[in-house]
Amino acid sequence: MDLLEKLTILTDAAKYDAACTSSGVHRGFQPGKIGNTTSSIAGCCHSFSGDGRCITLLKVLLSNCCAYDCKYCVNRRSNDTRRATFTPRELADLTIGFYRRNYIEGLFLSSGVLGNPDYTTEQMICALRILREEYRFNGYIHAKAIPGTSPELVQQLGLLADRLSVNIELPSQEGLQTLAPDKTKQAILRPMGFIRDQSAQNKEELVKYRHTPVFAPAGQSTQLIVGATKDTDRHILHLTQSLYDRYHLKRVFYSAYVPVVEHSLLPALDTAPPLLREHRLYQADWLLRFYGFRAEELLSEEQPDFNPLLDPKCNWAIGHLEQFPVEVMRADYEMLLRVPGIGPISAKRILSARRTSHLRFEDLKKLGVVVKRAQYFLTCYGQMPRGLRFSADTLQRQLEDIEQKRLPAQELQQLSLFDCVG
Amino acid sequence: MAWTDVIFQYDGTFDGFLCCVFESYVHKEFPIAFQSDEECFVLALYSVRTVETISAHAQRVYRSLFKLSPTAVQIVRRGFLTCMQDKEQHLYALIQKLYQEGCSFLKNPADEVYYPVMKAIRHLNGELEKLRGFVRFSDYSGILGGEIQPKNRVLPLLRKHFCDRYANESFFLYDRAHHDLLLYSGGRSRIVTVDSLELHPPDEEELYYRKLWKRFFETVEIKERHNPRCQNSFLPNRYRNTMTEFMPESDEDSSLLPSPLHRLSSSSTDKM
Repeated sequence: MDLLEKLTILTDAAKYDAACTSSGVHRGFQPGKIGNTTSSIAGCCHSFSGDGRCITLLKVLLSNCCAYDCKYCVNRRSNDTRRATFTPRELADLTIGFYRRNYIEGLFLSSGVLGNPDYTTEQMICALRILREEYRFNGYIHAKAIPGTSPELVQQLGLLADRLSVNIELPSQEGLQTLAPDKTKQAILRPMGFIRDQSAQNKEELVKYRHTPVFAPAGQSTQLIVGATKDTDRHILHLTQSLYDRYHLKRVFYSAYVPVVEHSLLPALDTAPPLLREHRLYQADWLLRFYGFRAEELLSEEQPDFNPLLDPKCNWAIGHLEQFPVEVMRADYEMLLRVPGIGPISAKRILSARRTSHLRFEDLKKLGVVVKRAQYFLTCYGQMPRGLRFSADTLQRQLEDIEQKRLPAQELQQLSLFDCVG
Repeated sequence: MAWTDVIFQYDGTFDGFLCCVFESYVHKEFPIAFQSDEECFVLALYSVRTVETISAHAQRVYRSLFKLSPTAVQIVRRGFLTCMQDKEQHLYALIQKLYQEGCSFLKNPADEVYYPVMKAIRHLNGELEKLRGFVRFSDYSGILGGEIQPKNRVLPLLRKHFCDRYANESFFLYDRAHHDLLLYSGGRSRIVTVDSLELHPPDEEELYYRKLWKRFFETVEIKERHNPRCQNSFLPNRYRNTMTEFMPESDEDSSLLPSPLHRLSSSSTDKM
C-alpha cells in the first residue's frame, strides 16, 4: 500500500477528533533544531477544511486497527473497513515534509489499539523519538494517551509531546457501559490523573533544576461526544467544570456525534449531527474558562438543556435582570464580563479608555462591544440609549431576533423540524 | 505665523515619512497630502515640497516620539505598514496630537485620531496572523520558496517568525503585491525589492507532497458537517491563490503557482 493511500485511510479514521490546536506552549527558535511553536495565544491555523474546522496539525492515526469494539466508532473491531498502519519512519518523514512547507504546525498522533495499549504506545513513542531526536523537530506534538497504557510509557510519551489527551468520549458511565464495553470510567480517569500529577511534579522539578526534561508543557485536554447518548447539557457542563477543577485540563472539546454506524443503541444513520448543541456547549465552555461563570449558574435542574435560540450568556442575563443595567463608567471587570456583548478584550479596553475619557454608546462600538446586544444591559452616565424600547417580557424575543440572523439557515431548518415534532 | 498647506513629496519609506514630519515642523507647513510616486499629478492650488530623506532628521523625529512613549513608536511603525487610505495623513495627525497632548489619548481606542489608525493596525494584525499559517512553501531542490499577496505590507513582520521556524534552511518569500522579497540563508535575512519573480516548476517530489497535502486536506473534512460559509469566513478567497491545496490537481507543467495577473485585478480594487 503506498503512502497516499495510507494517509487517506488514516486521516479518514482520525477526522472525528475535534481537538486541533497548537496552543499552550511558546517555544521559540532553538539552535540546531527545526521549527518553533508560534507565540500567538490561539495557536496557528494553517487551513480550513470544507466543514469550516481549522487545520493546524497533521491529524492522523498511527493505525486504524483496533482491538476494541466501541459501538460509536468507525474503527471498531467488528466494522468492515480498510485497515492501514504507518511505520514510525513514514510518519516522521511525512510530518517533516509537511512542516517544512508550512502546511502544518505539528503532529496530532492518535491510534486505534494495535494489539494492546502498551504496544500501541510504544509504536507512537518510536515515531515521536525519530521526530524529536533524529530530525530535531521543535514544532508542536499532540499525542493521545491510550487508556490502559502503563504509567512508564505515558511518562515517556509526555516527555516527547507538548500536549497529551485522554478521550472521555461518552459523558457518563452508563453510556460507556452500553456503547464502549472495553472502556471504563476508571480506566480513562486514571491516566488523566497520572498526567496531572506528573505535570505538577515536573513543574516543581523545573524550579529546582533548570534542565529537567519538560513533561507535556501544554497540559492535557479531552474530548466528549455529544448526541450519541441521552445525557443532558447540564450533565456535560458539570462534567466539564469538574474536569477543569480536578484534573486541570486546558481544554475540553465537544464533538457532535456523526452517525457512522447502524446500531440499535445509537441514533439513526440519517440523524443530522447536533451542531447547534455543540456550538452552545462551546459557548458555555468559554464562559467557564474566560468569563468567570460556573456550570451551576448556567443550567439548572429545571432547565437542563440550553435554549437553542439564545446564547448561554444572554440566557443567563435574562434570568438575572436584577443585576442589570450595569454602569459602564463604574462597573468592575468581573461585572462587565457578564454583560452580553462584552468580552475579555472589550472589557479591558473599557477599563483603559474610561480612565481618560467619558464613554458614550458610540464609543463602545469602537471599543469592540457588540452594542446591539449590550445596550439592553448597560448605562452610560445613568442613561440607556435614547429611543431603546423594551420590557422584561419582550427582551427575550428581541435578543432572539438578533441571534436568529447569525444562525446558519441549515440549523434553523433543523430547529423548525424539531418545532413540528414537539 | 500661520501654517501653510502644502503637498509633501517623499520617497515612500518610513524614514522618508519621518523626514516629512521634520520638515513640516521646520517650515511650519501642514501636509495637505502626501505623494510618494515619482510621476505625481500636482494640483496648482497647493505648492509641493519635495522632501529628501536624511536619516539624521528621521532619527530626531523617531527619538522624540520614543521619548513621549515607546508604544506610540510601535503604533506609528505598524501603522505605516498598513494599507489604510491616506495613511500618512492619519499618522501625521496622530503624531501631531502626540506632540500637543502627550500619549494619554492612546489609552482610549475610541479616540477620533487614534481610532482609524488602530482599526487599520487591527486589520494588519489579522492578516499577519492568518498569513503565518497560510503561507505555502515549495521545495526547490533544497531551497524553500513561497509567495504571498497581502493587502498590508506584512512581510517585515513575518520575517522573524519564519526565520525562527526555518533557522536551518534557506528560504525566500515573495510579496507579489508590494514586490518585496525576503531572503534568508545561514542565519541572515534581508528584504529586497524586485519587480517580478519567476519560479521554476516544482519537481516530482514537490508535486507528490502537494498531492499528499491536498488529499489530507480533502479527507479531513467531515462531509456531514459541510459548511462553506464558515470556511469562507475564516479563509477568505483572496488568500487561496497561493495555497497549494486550492490549486487544481497538477498533472502537466501548469503546476506553477498561478500567474500574478490572475487575481491582481480583483484584489487591488477592494478596500480594507
